[in-house]
Amino acid sequence: MRVIAALTVLCVMTWGFTSARVYGFEKESEAVFEAADNQREILSILSNTDLDHIEPLINAYQRQHPGTTVLYTVASSLELFRAIHDEAADYDVVISSAMDLQMKLVNDGFAQQHRSAVVDNLPVWSKWGNSLFAFTQEPAVLLVSRKGLGELSIPENRNELIALLRDNPEKFKGRVGTYDIRTSGAGYLFATQDSRQSDAFWRLAEVIGSTSPRLYCCSSDMIEALKSGEIVFAYNVVGSYASAVLEKSDDGTIAPLTDYQIFMLRTAFIPRTSAKASLAGTFIDFLADAANRELIGEKVGLPPVDGHALQKHQHFRPISLGPGLLVFLDRIKRERFISEWADAILQP
Amino acid sequence: MWWFSNNSLGRRLLLQLLLVAAVLSALLYLAVRSVANQAAIAAHDNILGASATAIAEQLSAGEDGVLVDIPYSAFSMLGSISEDRVFYRLYSDNQTITGYEQLPLPRAMHTATPFYYNAEFRDAAVRAVALTRAITVADAPVQVTVVVAQTRTGHDVITSKVTNTAAGLGVAFFIVAGFLSWLATRSTVKPLHVVAGAIGRRGAHDLRALKSPIPSELKPLVDALNGFIARLREALHRNETFLAEAAHHVRTPLATVRTQAEIALRQAETPASRKTLRSVIRAVDESSRSATQLLDHAMITYRADQFAGEQFDLSALLYEVIQGLSATADLKDIELITDIAEGLICAGDRVLIECALHNLIDNAIKYSADEGEVEIKLESTGEVIVFCVCDRGRGIQASAAGALTERFIRGANVADVVGSGLGLTIVEHVASVHNGSFTLTARRGGGACASLQL
Repeated sequence: MRVIAALTVLCVMTWGFTSARVYGFEKESEAVFEAADNQREILSILSNTDLDHIEPLINAYQRQHPGTTVLYTVASSLELFRAIHDEAADYDVVISSAMDLQMKLVNDGFAQQHRSAVVDNLPVWSKWGNSLFAFTQEPAVLLVSRKGLGELSIPENRNELIALLRDNPEKFKGRVGTYDIRTSGAGYLFATQDSRQSDAFWRLAEVIGSTSPRLYCCSSDMIEALKSGEIVFAYNVVGSYASAVLEKSDDGTIAPLTDYQIFMLRTAFIPRTSAKASLAGTFIDFLADAANRELIGEKVGLPPVDGHALQKHQHFRPISLGPGLLVFLDRIKRERFISEWADAILQP
Repeated sequence: MWWFSNNSLGRRLLLQLLLVAAVLSALLYLAVRSVANQAAIAAHDNILGASATAIAEQLSAGEDGVLVDIPYSAFSMLGSISEDRVFYRLYSDNQTITGYEQLPLPRAMHTATPFYYNAEFRDAAVRAVALTRAITVADAPVQVTVVVAQTRTGHDVITSKVTNTAAGLGVAFFIVAGFLSWLATRSTVKPLHVVAGAIGRRGAHDLRALKSPIPSELKPLVDALNGFIARLREALHRNETFLAEAAHHVRTPLATVRTQAEIALRQAETPASRKTLRSVIRAVDESSRSATQLLDHAMITYRADQFAGEQFDLSALLYEVIQGLSATADLKDIELITDIAEGLICAGDRVLIECALHNLIDNAIKYSADEGEVEIKLESTGEVIVFCVCDRGRGIQASAAGALTERFIRGANVADVVGSGLGLTIVEHVASVHNGSFTLTARRGGGACASLQL
């Protein structure tokens, strides 16, 4: 299977002029996974999941559906939201890790329902309204650079982290990284869910703010910064990205915080505008099928949904799908939260 | 419709009961559905109301106007009852503070208590609640309306479940009521069948009044029937009495005519007048015999109606009858060969049986040629007593055997013998009164056998 990055020409060839609409939302990259057999159908996917992660998954899907060409477009979760919400972009499947935005799209009627034996067998917490289906559960973790920490021991919970930062202000000055929740959807989701879990969140924000933290748009940048020794702590990194990168390094490690650990669910739905709902349904079924969980876990490097793991550990807190997620998307609520966060983090 | 044209009381009753059951089932279905629906709506409304109240409690005055800190639970509680889409809108002074700007507002505004209404939003039917709170912003009160709406999929699911349950209940009720209706109809109509059966099982001559216990509704019918039977019996009785009277009145003068004719015959001188007188005597005999048998028949009919069984010695009775007929047999030189079991006790009407025996032996003698033989046999085989008379007379024609027991029917080959056609009718009647049977069969080598089983 070849991945071709230079897309425009191919787009014209496969779609034809008529359907190649120009959208205002910002794409990060696009790829075409050509059908192995004679191409019969084209499945277009809009996602915020990196190509590296998704490629083995799409290859596996095409082994089951050799006549399907997959067009894969990557955009940030906010751009993706805009594409569907404001521009009614023509895609067959939308995948995103920003649960709140996904939930809002589904709640506002931008998704169509999908029923099949596979999704009917999904546990209740991993789907919503027969429209939104989760296929991975990924923790928000604290990354630590052992070298950067030196003699100090790795904190085991947020209170220890607060104490550590407070006791060593000079050592960690400018060496703590976290999401800029004003630009990152995932960062905002993690922060708002953090604030629901514990009062420690605001104290932590204050303490992090006092270290003149570096703010990042995405997990990958934070991981890179940690590897390069720029920062010692990276707070609320998507764990699945981190573990893949850090396997090769003996410096960076994931601090197992025992007070609580937030899990986000990567979800998919079929947009209302998709004219190929049954084809899109086969892809949703492929993602949701319990038989493919091992594949998702090992080849793709994303932890598949696993209710047992969540139940076994008391401090694992999966973010539940439901209208509650809409609350922090409320305009006033969001403005308030961001301004409080900014007050804490952006200290002069 | 065919079932109404059918004049069955039972079916009519059953249909009416089923109709009532169907109406009640439908009412039950509607009642259960409506009550459960209202309960579901009320439960749903309560949660919507709680959600709106929770939001309203977080309203506060900010520097630029009204602020709201929507609690997480306000929406998550809605998510807990069903996976329905949630919309909300905060509205004040003709502008939307936050939420969905197009979400329909209620017609009546400014209600402090939750106001519930149905609306359409984004191509979906929604259930909405609105309530209004006053907030003081910059020393001036501001009315803020909180609207929370939820699509009705969950409610529809509950409704369809409730509808199915209600339909199931209705059908079950109808089936049970239908079965009970059938039982009730059957037990109501049963006395009619009992009465009909009691009448249908009766013998041809049983004209007693009906005495089986009957429901009061049927009493007029049975009374009328009994009255009718009584009148019929009386009419029949009068008829028989009249016949007997008539026969008696005919017989007595006939005896005188016969005596006179015999005297005249003896004194007659010309063969022509003798011949005439003989035919007169013969005609008188025939008339006399008919009259006797009419009398017998009337007597038998009467006695059969008043049937009273008694025990008597049948063998002795048979000897008496044979004794009485031996003179007639001697006249024709007919030998009576008897094979009679001794001391057979029979239960029945002695007079009737005597009459039957007399008729049968008399017939046998009458239809035998002179110097013939008549065999008379009486035996008992277990429960049944069989009396048999066989002759070597002209026999019977197979085709006529059944008809011979009808009144006034005679064999086609007996025109030269005196007879009325009542003899075998009487025998048959006697047999049936005693729950016995009478058969007439042709005998091999000529003649006939008459057999009476009692």
